[in-house]
Amino acid sequence: MTSAGLTAAHLGLTTCATCGLLSRPASDTVPGHCPRCGASLHRRHPDAIQRTWALTIAAAICYIPANALPVMITTVAGSATPDTIMGGVVFLFTSGSWPLGLIVLIASVLIPLGKLLAIAWLLIAVQRRALGGERARMRTIRLVRLIGRWSMLDIFVDTFTVALVQLAPLMSVQPGLGVVFFGAVVVLTMLAAESFDPRLLWDRNPLESTHD
Amino acid sequence: MLGTDGKIRLDDADRAASASRQPAVACPGCDLLQCLPRLGPSARVRCPRCGEVLATAPVDPIERPLALTVAAAIVLIVANTTPLMGLAVAGRAAQTTILGGALTMWSQGQALTGALVAICAAIAPGAYLLFMLAVLTAVRRPPAPPWVGTLLRLAGHLQPWAMPEVMLLGLLVALVKIAELATVTAGVGLYAAGALPVLLAAIAVSFDPGAIWERVTWVGNETPPRIAPR
Ligand SMILES: [Zn+2]
Ligand SMILES: [Zn+2]
Repeated sequence: MTSAGLTAAHLGLTTCATCGLLSRPASDTVPGHCPRCGASLHRRHPDAIQRTWALTIAAAICYIPANALPVMITTVAGSATPDTIMGGVVFLFTSGSWPLGLIVLIASVLIPLGKLLAIAWLLIAVQRRALGGERARMRTIRLVRLIGRWSMLDIFVDTFTVALVQLAPLMSVQPGLGVVFFGAVVVLTMLAAESFDPRLLWDRNPLESTHD
Repeated sequence: MLGTDGKIRLDDADRAASASRQPAVACPGCDLLQCLPRLGPSARVRCPRCGEVLATAPVDPIERPLALTVAAAIVLIVANTTPLMGLAVAGRAAQTTILGGALTMWSQGQALTGALVAICAAIAPGAYLLFMLAVLTAVRRPPAPPWVGTLLRLAGHLQPWAMPEVMLLGLLVALVKIAELATVTAGVGLYAAGALPVLLAAIAVSFDPGAIWERVTWVGNETPPRIAPR
């Protein structure tokens, strides 16, 4: 894609993030409001880089206790066994339901880690004004936004297990502290993916600085 | 003036927009300006530069999603009011609902997690369906008042947090795990929870936010501004 194309930014136009209407902002410094829906106009998502970095770093910090602390504590006949996320995966593999074990492994371990790495990679690419590969980065952000929600899987598994297995003193399951950190990872990475503005990837394109 | 790839040249942007009588749009993915072609039924246009979907043209963008939204709302109520699954071991039995699960998390000292589950499994899908119901009913007789736009925006913000498909898989994994320890039975709610992701996906496919915005009154009743190069 090297042929001439024109962006809204070239013409000083702004797309409304709410309704998609293309309009001319009141001024470059104070863009004002969308004439159709009244939402505040922003040329790019406000403070996209800083906000996305902050959310990603916070998620990366929560990722450690999310995996190290138990998410469930099973008590059978008085003896308690704590289980981490990986412990749950191992349980599914050894109990013969390896397809489910694989799904939980992907949703709870690989997707959150992949999301953190992918968002960091996109941010670094924008900050280094990397040229080329915009389409691959675009596919990455779309994938992150599409599959990110699936890392909520373990939260639901834990919730329904805890809700159902309350047969003390025979057998009961309590949630562990890891679950709240894991929930934080999911929410923070989803917010990070939303606050990132993919147009920043293309603003570094030489197309932006050529007028024909 | 208008290339086959849909890109616009500087001095022709306004003329191209008015000639095709279709407004110019900037791609939300890469900011490239382009004029959308007139879409045939069920057509979909992608940005030639970054591949983002720019517009869709569902066959019946109001009545069909409205019917699906009513169906989904009924199914959501069933999923939330009937037991999802039951458990029996050594003569003792237990059962749970979606909000019952969230409440147990809350009472077991995991208030935040309980709230998150309630939001993703019941509150966000419920509010999303309620807003969609109001929006789709209101736009049946255009012009629709500006609050329709506000509700549509809120529905858009809620959509990523409504996760019935993730909840369903979570339920199934929990069923398999517990089946190792006790006898589990599926409840009516489980079947409703199984239908919900299908209905929500069908709403998303049959719905076109652009068609709604075209029917909403502009804030302050302005006429569309001329989009021209300086
Ligand atoms: Zn707007
Ligand atoms: Zn694009």
